[in-house]
Amino acid sequence: MIEGAVWRKWVFFYIPLAAFVFLLLFPFYWMIITAVRPDAELYRPWNAPNYAPFWTANPTLEHIRYLLEETLFSTWMLNTMIIALVSTLISLVCGVFAGYALARLNFPFAGGLGTGIFVTYLVPQTLLFIPLSDIVRNFRLGDTPWALILTYPTFLIPFCTWLMMGYFKAIPKELEECARIDGASRFKAMLYIILPIAVPGILSAGIFAFTLSWNEFIYALVFLSSPEQKTVPVGVTSELIRGDVFFWGPLMAGALLGSIPVALVYSFFVEHYVAGLTGSVKG
Amino acid sequence: MAQVVIRNLNKKFDEVHAVKDVNLDIRDKEFMVFVGPSGCGKTTTLRMIAGLESVTSGQILIGERVVNDLPPMDRDIAMVFQNYALYPHMSVYDNMAFGLKMRKFDREEIRRRVHEAADILGIRDYLHRKPRQLSGGQRQRVALGRAIVRHPQVFLFDEPLSNLDAKLRVQMRVELKKLHERLGTTAVYVTHDQVEAMTLGDRVVVMRDGVVQQVGEPLELYNRPANLFVAGFLGSPAMNFSRVRVAAANGGLRIENEGLRLAVPPPLAGRVGRYVGRELTFGIRPEDLRIATEADPRDLSFEAVVEVVERLGSETLLDLSVGADTMVAAVEPDAPARVRGRLRLAVNPERMHFFDPATETAV
Repeated sequence: MIEGAVWRKWVFFYIPLAAFVFLLLFPFYWMIITAVRPDAELYRPWNAPNYAPFWTANPTLEHIRYLLEETLFSTWMLNTMIIALVSTLISLVCGVFAGYALARLNFPFAGGLGTGIFVTYLVPQTLLFIPLSDIVRNFRLGDTPWALILTYPTFLIPFCTWLMMGYFKAIPKELEECARIDGASRFKAMLYIILPIAVPGILSAGIFAFTLSWNEFIYALVFLSSPEQKTVPVGVTSELIRGDVFFWGPLMAGALLGSIPVALVYSFFVEHYVAGLTGSVKG
Repeated sequence: MAQVVIRNLNKKFDEVHAVKDVNLDIRDKEFMVFVGPSGCGKTTTLRMIAGLESVTSGQILIGERVVNDLPPMDRDIAMVFQNYALYPHMSVYDNMAFGLKMRKFDREEIRRRVHEAADILGIRDYLHRKPRQLSGGQRQRVALGRAIVRHPQVFLFDEPLSNLDAKLRVQMRVELKKLHERLGTTAVYVTHDQVEAMTLGDRVVVMRDGVVQQVGEPLELYNRPANLFVAGFLGSPAMNFSRVRVAAANGGLRIENEGLRLAVPPPLAGRVGRYVGRELTFGIRPEDLRIATEADPRDLSFEAVVEVVERLGSETLLDLSVGADTMVAAVEPDAPARVRGRLRLAVNPERMHFFDPATETAV
């Protein structure tokens, strides 16, 4: 906390904090207000006498009804959920094992391999989707959920591996040595001692991976084409923007509903998540 | 219960030769302490016994078995680590039971053994706590408990007391000693603290730069150090050393330099005699110096200037300058000494040490 006079607290703490909170929350507010605003208000010109962009007197659920009944939104939600969960699971399993190996097993070139994995994470998706689309086509995976379930790990595994490697390195190696003297094999020591201690790290990696795949846009746009296969980010933007016509109400309703699962995941695990980013283990 | 035998043990980490040709017989039920400065190879040796480091060459036997290629779990040992290495997500009970569960003991036997160990160590009331809810001393006890429930053939200790504060360390040292007497399990104990080594060890191994300097009972090492390093490492305050020249005088031998001129007592004369006309390192422990009286012969005492007086209550330490050397003398608490004063100090002729300056071995 900032010590001293009251005005210092306001100038250096409360006012910047308020500005920050406002900046972060305003898009959400805009999303909500647009989702419940009737069309007549949405398309009212800015110089009309009753123009009130930040408020509505006649909230409506019409856009949400339209989204759920007239579009494939619920299918998109289901698609996104399955794809995000499965790719997160694959990436977590691989990332935990790879991270453990890189942190603990002294094999030749472990350091170089670790760096190599990190470098693949830095290759932008906007470049990688070109060769990947070739691969997806060759395996005849185009327009199926597998196209995404198998390509998302290309960026999720490096990320999970790197995060888990850091976490495992912070766990004192004596714990494991002690377990091995106590009669556990290397695998059992990992299973019973290291993994339970690493739960906060695993949760953080999982939340991140889930969020990344939930929000992913470019692979989903390129690899999926039929409307019933799409994910929320692609479905909403491709089906609710027709030509140059933006259906703002349903669009924002889709964005709102689409962000709910991620918000839920974060709020459930926020404590573990913070522990995973900041802490390790105290002896 | 078992003996541990180490034959020509070597360990190389890439370029570093950490342990060099160590040979050692640790007897059944013995409490063996490895002591030395950091980086001397004592912990590496212990870790090789535990199976946590591979052996570059040589053999380790526990009981009758060569264990070189056995994984740690099959060596029937238990180890206590410096940072305790308690499993933070398990209760004290589960920490202690883990090794037994891994070895598929039945529940009742596990319960019996954990309670037995908890009673010995006085941690019965904490069995359901997590390690983070315990104090340092309690954690230390849990770590010990985890080792003793297994009834292993050998206990390995890696500086187990160095994370405790000074008072608790003394207390736990006594408890460790009692515990060893009660259980009688062979123990290998690594420490850099020479007081722990002297007080705990049935025998002590002094190591430096991966080489064993001397093995023996604590007092044997203290009274008859094999070389300059052992002499200087054991004892606090450390032994005084002074470079002297050996000369023949009046049918006897004499050592002398700027500040000293002492007769060599006859029992030592034979060995020192070979150095007549050459230099030797003379060593004398602070407690083997005392303030001289008129009765003390001139050739067994010397004159010194007092630089610092440290009154500890039980004794008084005098920092002295003797010729070009500095020395420490531990004298009686109320010794009449004042800073910059001149004093005569008498040496105990039976406890003079001589070392070859080139090889550093005892003469």
